[in-house]
Amino acid sequence: MAKLDSKIPEGAIAEKWTNYKAHQNLVNPANKRKIDVIVIGTGLAGGAAAASLGELGFNVKVFCIQDSPRRAHSIAAQGGINAAKNYPNDGDSIYRLFYDTVKGGDYRAREANVYRLAEVSNNIIDQCVAQGVPFAREYGGLLDNRSFGGALVSRTFYARGQTGQQLLLGAYSALSKEINKGSVELYTRREMQDIVIIDGKARGVIVRNLVTGKLERHGAHAVLLATGGYGNVFFLSTNAMTSNGSAAWRVYKKGAFFGNPSFVQIHPTCIPVHGDFQSKLTLMSESLRNDGRIWVPGNKEDAEKIQKGELKPTEITEENRDYYLERRYPAFGNLVPRDVASRAAKERCDAGFGVGNTGLAVYLDFADAINRLGKNVIEARYGNLFQMYEKIVDENPYETPMMIYPAIHYTMGGIWVDYELQTTIPGLFAGGEANFSDHGANRLGASALMQGLSDGYFVLPYTMQNYLADQINVPHFSTDTPEFEKAENGIQEMIDKLLSIQGDETVDSIHKRLGLIMWNYVGMARNIEGLEKAITQIQELRKEFWTRVKVPGSNDGMNVELEKALRLVDYLELGELMARDALVRNESCGGHFREEYKTDEGEALRDDKAFTFVSAWEYTGEDKEPKLNKEPLVFENIEVKQRNYKSA
Amino acid sequence: MDLKLKIWRQAGPDASGKFVEYPIQDISPESSFLEMLDILNEQLVAKGEDPVAFDHDCREGICGTCSLFINGRPHGPDTAITTCQLHMRRFKDGDTIVIEPWRAKPFPVIKDLMVDRIAFDEIIQAGGYVSINTGPMPDANVLPIPKKNADLAMDAASCIGCGACVATCKNASAMLFVSAKVSQFALLPQGKAEAKERVRKMVAKMDELGFGNCTNTYACEVECPKEISVTNIARMNREFFMAKIS
Repeated sequence: MAKLDSKIPEGAIAEKWTNYKAHQNLVNPANKRKIDVIVIGTGLAGGAAAASLGELGFNVKVFCIQDSPRRAHSIAAQGGINAAKNYPNDGDSIYRLFYDTVKGGDYRAREANVYRLAEVSNNIIDQCVAQGVPFAREYGGLLDNRSFGGALVSRTFYARGQTGQQLLLGAYSALSKEINKGSVELYTRREMQDIVIIDGKARGVIVRNLVTGKLERHGAHAVLLATGGYGNVFFLSTNAMTSNGSAAWRVYKKGAFFGNPSFVQIHPTCIPVHGDFQSKLTLMSESLRNDGRIWVPGNKEDAEKIQKGELKPTEITEENRDYYLERRYPAFGNLVPRDVASRAAKERCDAGFGVGNTGLAVYLDFADAINRLGKNVIEARYGNLFQMYEKIVDENPYETPMMIYPAIHYTMGGIWVDYELQTTIPGLFAGGEANFSDHGANRLGASALMQGLSDGYFVLPYTMQNYLADQINVPHFSTDTPEFEKAENGIQEMIDKLLSIQGDETVDSIHKRLGLIMWNYVGMARNIEGLEKAITQIQELRKEFWTRVKVPGSNDGMNVELEKALRLVDYLELGELMARDALVRNESCGGHFREEYKTDEGEALRDDKAFTFVSAWEYTGEDKEPKLNKEPLVFENIEVKQRNYKSA
Repeated sequence: MDLKLKIWRQAGPDASGKFVEYPIQDISPESSFLEMLDILNEQLVAKGEDPVAFDHDCREGICGTCSLFINGRPHGPDTAITTCQLHMRRFKDGDTIVIEPWRAKPFPVIKDLMVDRIAFDEIIQAGGYVSINTGPMPDANVLPIPKKNADLAMDAASCIGCGACVATCKNASAMLFVSAKVSQFALLPQGKAEAKERVRKMVAKMDELGFGNCTNTYACEVECPKEISVTNIARMNREFFMAKIS
């Protein structure tokens, strides 16, 4: 077993990153040209890292699954990006952003990483503005901020409801500049299939060309995975259709540890599920909770009438409404963190107060805000979100409250990395949502964009260079080696096997069944019986998949069903590890809610004595139980206490 | 509802294509257009037939991956949305729906309804950026930008690069796409230093890649899912003219 070394630098927390940079190894400009780096993924983390590494002079090869790097799923982030600028003069600071993020993550994140994230947050805003990112501005011409969940200050920068898009296009423009210069080579419609390890170090990848079906070999001195999260293991999530966990899973099976796989974020404000043909769920930005008030009927009879379509929400008078977040959490109200808001919605719906024809929805009401500010102001703030809602649901949210329900949105868990964002495989790094590092058991709103760009622009270009400094004498190497051969053959065999089964079940039908198991037992509320059941059922489903799946066509050319089957192979294993991780963590923390461990008021109850650690799972072989390694978390700069959003 | 689909099938870039008819039953008006195609593909796969290839990803109208010419219009009969936001309640029981790929020379068909739009990336690579590297920058608030300009820049920057403007234009012109990027930077102080070079290079690349010229039909503005205005084209023409004479 490899020893888990988080490599946290010495010194006071505010000096660690500065100390690291002052003492790290560098590569001289002439030598950078001799070094090849592979980046998988072109979202905020991958796009920003590839551009920045290219600027430094490394030879970068960047791969994306989409037809263009501009389409990575970072683009769909709506609400904003946090930074500790304190422009509104409301008491923000680097320490406070650090504190809120660690607290929001329910004290299950590594202090040093989070502090660095808060520290570089301000550089991100400066960088993006210099790139020409059109952030929202006030009439005086300065940048505007708004509030997000889990904070008492306004520190969120935004570009209408399209912040992810604008930040991604900023990174994409920087990447385009480097492609034009020749320092970055772009490969589109490629999906990573495996990592190639030579003498214990990551030395390349096998990718599948999605247009020709051909497997390709690419070698490099280091590899960065920025492949996003694995929320689509649930089938229904707010993730894009091609977002998947395969790159992360395949490197896990080659020796990279998997951190906190069960930590999944359920976002409270999504459009409710409406039918079994549904392909994905749509998020309504958390920013809506700045002005929208969440409620359900105070009387069960009213809720039942609404479910039957006999009563309209606008007909329910003020005193018969239950603004349950404002009632339960007076200090934070509608702006409690996502895990708290999601559980509170589920609690009301389970108790029979839910609305919509399924009873699995709550209202998000803008009537008060429209009365107070005028329709124009609300339209300027959220116009595109209201339009999106109306197109999907066919109701006008200016006139009737929106209906929302929690949905799978983000995975805090991911590949285990140390302070340098290096995995347990030397030379393999992971950034953005693909790693586990900064959000603990629950991510605060507007922190994913911050982490992606922090990793990509300001962390990885330093830490990867530190690793690459002793690689300067390794020549560009051939991919014509037994290691590449073996990795490619392994993937080819899996493809051949999938195509040979020709059973009677489609990939999606099996994936939907996996999704239901995951949602019912490894979703918003978990317990020991359910998790044990999930493990057995996933194992059975996996067997069924390998005997009954039907993948039509061949591997010569585009084959979307084959692509989906290759991803489902991994979900059927990853889902089980998620359940195992949730099963061993006998506490509730953040998004991980074990029904056996809660306070009298129904809040998550941590067990700090036993569980203040990161679960780092180690692969031990096919059909063997994975091994749990523990990275202890040490809190020296923050007092660990019960999260409280009831009073400030 | 029951529908008749007429879908363009083409095995590869060099194969010749044709329309194939597929009847489809029991489609919920609540499902999205792409979910309707998912259902068709599930049925085709179950029968052992090759499913219809089409581009899609985020399914919430922001990534710009989905395309489709539906009954003669890019992204279907509604305005200001992408195909993934189109819902079946927009159609009637018994309708025939004709589905084609984007048709423009610079966007060759890869398979069926899927086209290659790498030409758009190449135009951006020619100059659609501010040439600064990652590193310490002046404080973000050091340079106030009038809200009006920031808002106009955001309007232009909201382009999703889907290609509907090219697909609908009889000249396959990319002027709306290119002008949106040129405008975003022309409106912001950060873009000023390279403004002339940028517009020259991007326009030259657009011409080189075989996109046609603009003859002011404004079809692009009508079909743009993000409602990008043709005033951006006017702004780009002005920028281009200024770059030429100086």
